[in-house]
Amino acid sequence: MAVKVMIPTPLRPFAGRQASVSVEAQTVGEGLDALTGQFADLRRHLYADGGRLRSFVNVYLNEEDVRNLQKDETPLRDGDTISIVPSIAGGRSR
Amino acid sequence: MLKLSEELVERIRAHAAQSYPYECCGAMLGTESSGARLVKELVMLDNQREDSPRNRFLVDPADVLRVERAARAQGLDLIGWYHSHPDAPPRPSDFDREHAWPWYSYVIVSVEAGVPRRMASWRLLDDRSRFDGEEIGSDLTAAC
Ligand SMILES: [Zn+2]
Repeated sequence: MAVKVMIPTPLRPFAGRQASVSVEAQTVGEGLDALTGQFADLRRHLYADGGRLRSFVNVYLNEEDVRNLQKDETPLRDGDTISIVPSIAGGRSR
Repeated sequence: MLKLSEELVERIRAHAAQSYPYECCGAMLGTESSGARLVKELVMLDNQREDSPRNRFLVDPADVLRVERAARAQGLDLIGWYHSHPDAPPRPSDFDREHAWPWYSYVIVSVEAGVPRRMASWRLLDDRSRFDGEEIGSDLTAAC
């Protein structure tokens, strides 16, 4: 399936300065693999050690958080849009 | 260089003081040209961390999308975020670094016993190893 991955502003410098990247994939997980296969520098910002998606990285398929669908296994249809959306977290020590 | 007018600095300090002893947070909208960033608008946000608002803040993805849309509607970019450190220095914590995004400017204001003190801006290095300080300037007459 040909799908589009929307890149949030802070990650565009690592994705050829593009706002979106087109990839071929059958599932959301494959789509993200295809993206980071093309732009390896994205990996450290999307994945924690051990390869899990970082807690503040949210992945949407069209308008739905993939955590509410089948996560990485969520199947794609032609023309779908995957969006990487930040949450912002922080705080002082302790 | 992050350019922040006196008026916007005062608004961040007021938000931080009013939220004390909890952490405040907000978004900074503005423009970037040749490395210099100019903040033109702030969006004050509610801290979504109801479990530990004294030492944590959270902006959920729906709010991030809302702020991005507001920025685009004004022809601006979402260039960074501010938050407060109640009774702690304005330096990023390890928790801040673990959760930070590259590229954004992160402004932190220290609040000691309810009084806003030092303010500093930070950018995460591309390898995520640490933050670099970013100078805050209030001279808005220079380029950009
Ligand atoms: Zn912090």
